[in-house]
Amino acid sequence: MKIHEYQAKAIFSDTGIPVPREKLATAPPEAKKAAEEIGLPVVLKAQVLVGGRGKAGGVKKAEKLEDVESIAGQILGMNIKGLEVTKLLVSECVAIKAEFYLGITIDRARRKPVLIASAAGGVDIEEVAKKTPEKIIKIEINPLLGLLPFQARNVGMALLSEAKLATEFTSLALKLYRLFIQRDCSLVEINPLVLTGGGTLLALDAKINFDDNALFRHPENESLRDLSSEEPKEIEAKNAGLSYIKLSGNVGCIVNGAGLAMATMDLIKRFGGEPANFLDVGGSSSPEKMVTAMRIILSDPSVRVILVNIFGGITRCDDIAQGLIQAKNEADIKVPIVARLVGTNADRACALLADSPVLSATKMSEAVKLAVARAKEAE
Amino acid sequence: MSILVDKNTRLLVQGITGRDGAFHTRMMKEYGTNVVAGVTPGKGGQEIEGVPVFNSVEQAVKATDANASIIFVPAGFAGDAILEAIFAGIKLVVCVTEGVPTLDAVRAIAVARTHNTRIVGPNCPGVISPGKAKVGIMPASAFQPGCVGVVSRSGTLTYEIAANTGEFGQSTVVGIGGDPVIGTSFIDCLKMFQDDPETKAIVIVGEIGGNDEERAAEFVQQYVTKPVFGFIAGQTAPPDKRMGHAGAIISAGSGTAEEKIRAFQSAGIDIIYEPEQLTERLRAKL
Repeated sequence: MKIHEYQAKAIFSDTGIPVPREKLATAPPEAKKAAEEIGLPVVLKAQVLVGGRGKAGGVKKAEKLEDVESIAGQILGMNIKGLEVTKLLVSECVAIKAEFYLGITIDRARRKPVLIASAAGGVDIEEVAKKTPEKIIKIEINPLLGLLPFQARNVGMALLSEAKLATEFTSLALKLYRLFIQRDCSLVEINPLVLTGGGTLLALDAKINFDDNALFRHPENESLRDLSSEEPKEIEAKNAGLSYIKLSGNVGCIVNGAGLAMATMDLIKRFGGEPANFLDVGGSSSPEKMVTAMRIILSDPSVRVILVNIFGGITRCDDIAQGLIQAKNEADIKVPIVARLVGTNADRACALLADSPVLSATKMSEAVKLAVARAKEAE
Repeated sequence: MSILVDKNTRLLVQGITGRDGAFHTRMMKEYGTNVVAGVTPGKGGQEIEGVPVFNSVEQAVKATDANASIIFVPAGFAGDAILEAIFAGIKLVVCVTEGVPTLDAVRAIAVARTHNTRIVGPNCPGVISPGKAKVGIMPASAFQPGCVGVVSRSGTLTYEIAANTGEFGQSTVVGIGGDPVIGTSFIDCLKMFQDDPETKAIVIVGEIGGNDEERAAEFVQQYVTKPVFGFIAGQTAPPDKRMGHAGAIISAGSGTAEEKIRAFQSAGIDIIYEPEQLTERLRAKL
């Protein structure tokens, strides 16, 4: 789960990590009022949950008070990578002596947290890592001990020549690690971390991603969720225990298991079709789950055929068949359904579907080809 | 031979009294797995499917000499369950539970290393050595004893691939799990398969996200002499979306199917684009 910069900064501030003076605004007059309070010049920053907002024109400086309203008006309502900007952050303009990068994330390969730092801050850190890897400092953290003071200090001394500043950095990095662990983050990032004209360290930007698997033990994170950046149907699916992602094709898919669901989409494409969605019905599936899955898929008007591909393990094929029949009874489904049900209780599923108009196939390739052909006929 | 599990496996089921735990205990027993004990705190003294239930892993190990554990407890308690198994001296822990917090997995894996314990998963279908032992939730009908080693990040896709090994069957099939942080990697399994005389060919089933496949490819190039086949799911996945598995996110241009296929190809791994092509390819190489 991603949160906005202003939310991440509030958390930083609570943790004792210094941030600039700033205020959130949702309308131009509000932005003007914020600028008056903070003092000019100010920087106006679009709050959207995608990267690259600076390049998209979502971050602008305002020198004069009368400019604040007009610039705020330009940024609010702007569309950045498909997301509408509804909030902006009015931030104090800070004199910058140097810019650094500081982040903590999980290194999948080493299976432990890593602290990443660089003197080349303020730019795309992945670019820096690719082009000039020698500018990146990477510290492996023993998860049983946590980030050790000497590790943080060594990074501080590598980045900052002054002993006092290195000490300030050490304290800041340790706070950031504590935050990473306490709130079950998958990423905390300060880019840039700046050395101000006044000679102190300040988090000019802030990014926090939470581990979705750990949200159940962090009820405090629920209020930070921005539902406007999520597809409503994806939320409905999630609530029903399904995993759904809308795509642009016309072959609707219902599959059990994420890997098989992706492989099914790939095969649709390989045989000349376009998947309309990714949908994983998950493990133990009830007929009700199938009914919800069918409703979600059919609400997409571009769907011309539904392909059901189930390799039953925990999932029982007769539950799937039952769900298909129930869905057909509850709504007048016009699009053809192709079902390939193998594994647990497949024979019972076949018997259930024998008298229905559902087209069946035993091999995955056969089912996909059939579905693609039907989708083409219907266009 | 086979890897990880066989006739000598004495299995303990953690979370045996739960719905999934009880059901799969029955399925594993029916398959012939030697399930010797179950653990659910507070339910010691009961029997589930003829298996004695204990209050703690320590008690269960003392009474039954269990040497492997499979975990079905809910996500919030799975990290603790893994640690309990490790501290009781269990050397193989298969964690089926989905949705385990990443930091819990990180911690458990770090402790496992210091105790020389192997963790498979979390969020995995388990391990099966067909005809010998099934320590997992996979449907028995998809597997046949044979000589192909399969290692996969997926669940049902693993069954699909295994079912397409045709007359060659499988030595062992390992579902390593779909989470970003897992106890056993492709490389760990490749090493074991390379050293297992019964395994004649290896199939790697990967998916988008991370760079485990790329590292596996490097390993294959350097150490593996047996024929290796590769399948990658998620060629049509849009970037930045979590495709069901927590690990399956392509972000910032890394972890794409294309990059993984390229890495496989340059390591001499035979790419399978359609699961059903596997049988023919095996015939050509074995």
